[in-house]
Amino acid sequence: MKRSPNCGTVDHGLSRRSFMGGLAAGTALGVPSLYPKLGSSTGAMVNRLAQSQKRVLMVYLSGGVSQLETWDPKPGAKTGGPFRAIPTSVPGVHLSELLPHTASQMHRLALVRGINTAEDDHGKGSQIMHTGRKEEPGIQYPHLGSICSKLLGPDAGPLPGYLHVTPGGGGGSSPQDAAFLGPKFGPVGISDGKAPLNIDRPGGLTPENELARQELRKMADERFLAKRRTARTEAYTQTFDQAKGLMSKKGLFDIVGEPSRLLDSYGRHDFGRHCLLSRRLLEGGATFVKVTHTNYDTHHENFDFHLEQLGEFDRSFATLIDDLHQRGILSSTLVMVISEFGRTPNINHLYGRDHWSKAWSVALGGCGIVGGGVVGKTNGQGTAVVDREVHGGHLFHTYLQALGLDSKKNHYVDQRPIPMADPKAEAIREILA
Amino acid sequence: MIPVDTTKDADKKDAAKKDDSKKGPAKPEEKPKPPFPGWELDAPKQIADCKHGAGLLGCWFDPSGKWLYTSGQDNVISRWDFVANKRVDLAGHGSWVKSLGFCPGKNLVISGGYEGLLIVWPMEGVQPEPLRQVTAHTGWIRAVAVEPTSGLVVSAGNDGQIALWQLPSLAPVRRWSGHDCHIYQAAFRDNGKEIITADLKANVRVWDTATGKLLREGKPVASLHKFDAGFGADIGGVRGWGANANGDRVACAGITNVSNAFAGVGNPLIQVIDPKTLKVVQEHKSKEAYQGTMWGVAFHPAGFVLGVAGGSGGMLWIWKADQAEPLRTLKQPDNIRGMALSADGSKIAVAQANGSARVLNLKA
Repeated sequence: MKRSPNCGTVDHGLSRRSFMGGLAAGTALGVPSLYPKLGSSTGAMVNRLAQSQKRVLMVYLSGGVSQLETWDPKPGAKTGGPFRAIPTSVPGVHLSELLPHTASQMHRLALVRGINTAEDDHGKGSQIMHTGRKEEPGIQYPHLGSICSKLLGPDAGPLPGYLHVTPGGGGGSSPQDAAFLGPKFGPVGISDGKAPLNIDRPGGLTPENELARQELRKMADERFLAKRRTARTEAYTQTFDQAKGLMSKKGLFDIVGEPSRLLDSYGRHDFGRHCLLSRRLLEGGATFVKVTHTNYDTHHENFDFHLEQLGEFDRSFATLIDDLHQRGILSSTLVMVISEFGRTPNINHLYGRDHWSKAWSVALGGCGIVGGGVVGKTNGQGTAVVDREVHGGHLFHTYLQALGLDSKKNHYVDQRPIPMADPKAEAIREILA
Repeated sequence: MIPVDTTKDADKKDAAKKDDSKKGPAKPEEKPKPPFPGWELDAPKQIADCKHGAGLLGCWFDPSGKWLYTSGQDNVISRWDFVANKRVDLAGHGSWVKSLGFCPGKNLVISGGYEGLLIVWPMEGVQPEPLRQVTAHTGWIRAVAVEPTSGLVVSAGNDGQIALWQLPSLAPVRRWSGHDCHIYQAAFRDNGKEIITADLKANVRVWDTATGKLLREGKPVASLHKFDAGFGADIGGVRGWGANANGDRVACAGITNVSNAFAGVGNPLIQVIDPKTLKVVQEHKSKEAYQGTMWGVAFHPAGFVLGVAGGSGGMLWIWKADQAEPLRTLKQPDNIRGMALSADGSKIAVAQANGSARVLNLKA
């Protein structure tokens, strides 16, 4: 039987995740945090390097954020709801009044207002937005994070290529996100923005003993791999390297040293903390960071819940954009704010909005994106796209091309070509720099 | 009708028939005595259907009972001569309106909008126009109340502020930070000496009107609030309320037992508190497995309590003041989002999500 390191099996993923879930004792070299202090010569050098590396920040508003309460307000329309539209830093472009801080960053963002993904199921909608494809029998496409991890990540970076900062209540990613790319490129969850368990070298283990243990393990691994190289064994050894890398970057998770004013600006709540951590991870060398904010599935009391949720999101997100800009890495970081779908223009009897994928919006920004751009238009009630309709495939081409990748290239699985993005779709050129 | 166990009744009737065959001709059945004579609680007749159009947010009778006001998702307040089914729109707000107050001595109506505007309108007139307006709050105004003797207005909303204004000029009198979350309700009590407020997290606070000083606070209706960790959001709060004529009881309405915040899965509940002790003294519940929110509650002058809900259909319940289980359950055509009881208790209006306000006659 032919052994492929890219088998993409459940076992493969599980083995990796189980190893990464708790960093096994004894993989560290006792190296102190390498996180650069800004302003130091080391920091400046790392910053220059950081600027040349392309990376992605995905902000995932789980449950389906309402486009009418965010990117495509319709004040005064029957479907508009109670919120007003406010001007932004881009003349003529308005956002919901729930996003005053984000409005001040509009010149660094672009809006896609004509999305029709035609899929109102949470899981299937999420699949489209992460892979650019609808579900197809017989094949699972890799998530954007896994693709970026493979194509943009450094060969031997200290951090996993695809990190997912999840809220305390859940919302983690599956190791199968990497699909045929292999578990090496799957997500590593950072639950509630806290450092992974067992990130410290056990107290009774000296650095020297630890080094000796690792050398012994490597020797055994190499001997084993020489005869029985499988995806699982590769994942096994790679997990130790990732754990070691994460341990060397433990300082990234410690945000308390950040200036108090910055902590206030991000917001002293979970999502604010997660956004600040995301910036630190990106600056620290992560290739793809997804941060999830939950939850927007507001079938009931849509307006009260959006007030509450977006009240958290707005300031934290706007601070994050500004912070990335101030640190000089926004231009090399593709920022995307997405959901699995939007919400119905119709307001139901519970003051709720239901799932609506026929006419909704996302925001992009940073690397390769024209700041202040708006593409696509919905009708007066927000029920349908009337100009420049796009779907998940168009968005996926856009993400890849914004990052300087050729979205028309193929992945190869056992020499079988698989298009990286939907070959029937094109990038949304109007917002590409 | 009071729900009865019909199986047992059938058995009793059979037994009675056997007895009657021995005793001779049957006597006519006596009707049970109505619990509140003079009031129609079994099937109150609809006397008006005010079709506002856009989904309704609330409804209010003016103190004389002449007008019914409705507000809808179209940002419009409508004044209805519901007997003649004639409507006049009061246009001026740029967002939803869910709070209205009346100053009968000055013939004024005061509305609070979600854009933060407080507007004073004349109660009479062919086409009322705003007399005065101020930006009273940052964000939604959720509550407005008038103290009729002094002409003071209290407003409160999402900014957590409590503000006092003087009619008719709307001159600011006093303002203070009252709650650290959205304030849902505010009212005067004890002849205007105190102001009572309640919020999203079910905190209830009592303030000295003259100074703004906090007199009492508590969380007696905590079961009306929940932080849903899965969704990462607060749900509930005091969504509707009403005081009895003496002012020694305040009924707080909302949703409890929430198992799914974003689908509105929970049960409606009214908890009646003593505003002096801030303790719950009575609860009123739905009898059936109904899911939804109790959006309105009122004490009727005859001594019963009315509550309305929306969720799994519109409901109007009637309770005896000292009982938890309802005396009557009256299903309504559509989900209800608010209610009004005329001052004399003769009429109840229910604001429905379908855009129509039904006016029902409670007089027998």
